[in-house]
Amino acid sequence: MLDAGIFTQSFMIHAWIGGTIVAILSAFIGFFVVIRGSSFAAHALPQAGFAGGAGAVLLNINPLCGLAAFAVGGALLIGYLGDKERNDVITALTLVATLGAGALFLGLTNKYATGAYALLFGQIVGVSSDQVVATAFIGIVCLLCLAFLYRPLLLASVSREIAEARGVPVRLLEICFLVVVGLATAIIVPVVGALLCFSLLIGPNATSVYLTSSPGKAMALSLLISLVTVWISIVLAYISGWPIGFFVSMTGALLYACARAVHYFRVKNIRLKAGIIQC
Amino acid sequence: MIRFLNLLFAPGFFQNTQVMNALLLGGVVAAISGVVGVFVVIRGQSFVGHAIADFGGAGAAIAVLMGINTLWGFLGFGVLSAAVVELMGDRAREHDLATGIVLSVALGVESLFLYLDTHFTGQAGAPMMILFGSIFLIKPSTVSIVVALTAATTVIIITIYRPLLLCSIDPDLARTRGVPVRIVSLLFIVLLSFVVAEGSFIIGALLSTALLIGPAAAAIRITHKLGLAMLYSAVLGTLAVWIGIVLAYDSFLWPPVRRGWPVSFFVCALILLFYLLTRLREKLPGSGIMMVRRVT
Repeated sequence: MLDAGIFTQSFMIHAWIGGTIVAILSAFIGFFVVIRGSSFAAHALPQAGFAGGAGAVLLNINPLCGLAAFAVGGALLIGYLGDKERNDVITALTLVATLGAGALFLGLTNKYATGAYALLFGQIVGVSSDQVVATAFIGIVCLLCLAFLYRPLLLASVSREIAEARGVPVRLLEICFLVVVGLATAIIVPVVGALLCFSLLIGPNATSVYLTSSPGKAMALSLLISLVTVWISIVLAYISGWPIGFFVSMTGALLYACARAVHYFRVKNIRLKAGIIQC
Repeated sequence: MIRFLNLLFAPGFFQNTQVMNALLLGGVVAAISGVVGVFVVIRGQSFVGHAIADFGGAGAAIAVLMGINTLWGFLGFGVLSAAVVELMGDRAREHDLATGIVLSVALGVESLFLYLDTHFTGQAGAPMMILFGSIFLIKPSTVSIVVALTAATTVIIITIYRPLLLCSIDPDLARTRGVPVRIVSLLFIVLLSFVVAEGSFIIGALLSTALLIGPAAAAIRITHKLGLAMLYSAVLGTLAVWIGIVLAYDSFLWPPVRRGWPVSFFVCALILLFYLLTRLREKLPGSGIMMVRRVT
């Protein structure tokens, strides 16, 4: 049922390379997003990026520049305005501020903004060869930043107090992390779309958290899940012609539901065994 | 004076029934959003509020495909998803993830149906309409439905005002007093989804959060009395929508494309401006709030 074109056509090769890079990157970033409980920021930044992409389409420049500028700008705004207790309000305000600008850009674009809608829903054919190079470059930069931040960020995510007591600049660290997320979304958005970027970021990690408790194993598992999700989605999107974001979210949610079911039965089993021993 | 007014309100502003409908609807919805928004902010449910709007967007996309009023799509999916999120996660952290996963399913469905809309109904503007709103295109028959819905929401809010306030501020105290916290939360989230659906209907699924959170966040920074904060928040929201409509009407002659700037943009920009002004006011030395903060 599959024709060979799925592996040989040049735009599909770009899609495979771009998708794989994006899957690897989002698995690692998603790990921190999940343990820090910052799903909302992970949802807001891609949409901020989308507004920038729409602006780039209006000005007729490379969408990647607009995406990166707005996503990183949004991250800095959340970091700058955010205080500890009302972070979600700040995130919501940043989201609507950038999206309001996005509405303006879309409204001002004279032609039907196909490019902008591709950014919203994702398009596998949308990755050009230049973009593959840019994606690989930004991906590697993000991974290096993450490796550099890894230990202090893990500490600050698990216990803010201990990190502060040890003299880790927690706030600066948080802003740096948000900037890395912003930069990463700039390359994830063209592949899976602004609306669903978020589901690739949290889906695999939310799933692996239910299956294992050690951080190393969880990361490896979510890397695997993320790759499988993206690959399946690329194949399905190629066959059906539907937006790839739909398949990413459905695969992610299905795996999450399975993991929760497995977790539920495991806990039930343990309880049963404990009950028998007590008797 | 008349020349100035003419400059402010472009000719034909007050004769246009669509503009009048927009003013009425915008005012009503902004006011109720402002009141409910204060509860949302003190309960820390901004993410849920935003998520409900996106679920509603999926419903609206399906409604366009089926050729029915998008308001029903927003409402149906909004209420359904709100109940699911409320029942799925109990603890705060799980709540975040549960909301996230359900949200990503909704967004997936939304993007699929928006894609199908543009391909099968020939309405290329459907995504723009659902995601970014179309306050001037609302049918007069829908106006009365929205007003009735808002009235019902207001009545329920007034009825459960005291227990809801107690649950929002201190759930443990409410539980010891015998308030059914679970039921009140469930009821509140259903009301929230009504309000969000109306907001999405007028300024778009992606931007309804602006009406919900923006004025409330600003109002809470102005006063610490919650009742007063709700009043301020309703006033700020209404002002933002009305000024936004006036500006959007004026902007039909603005460059670069002479067909008007989107209302949603003006509303978002004004709300952000209000919020930043309240923050600025707090930073000024000698401002009342600063002193109150120091005393407490």
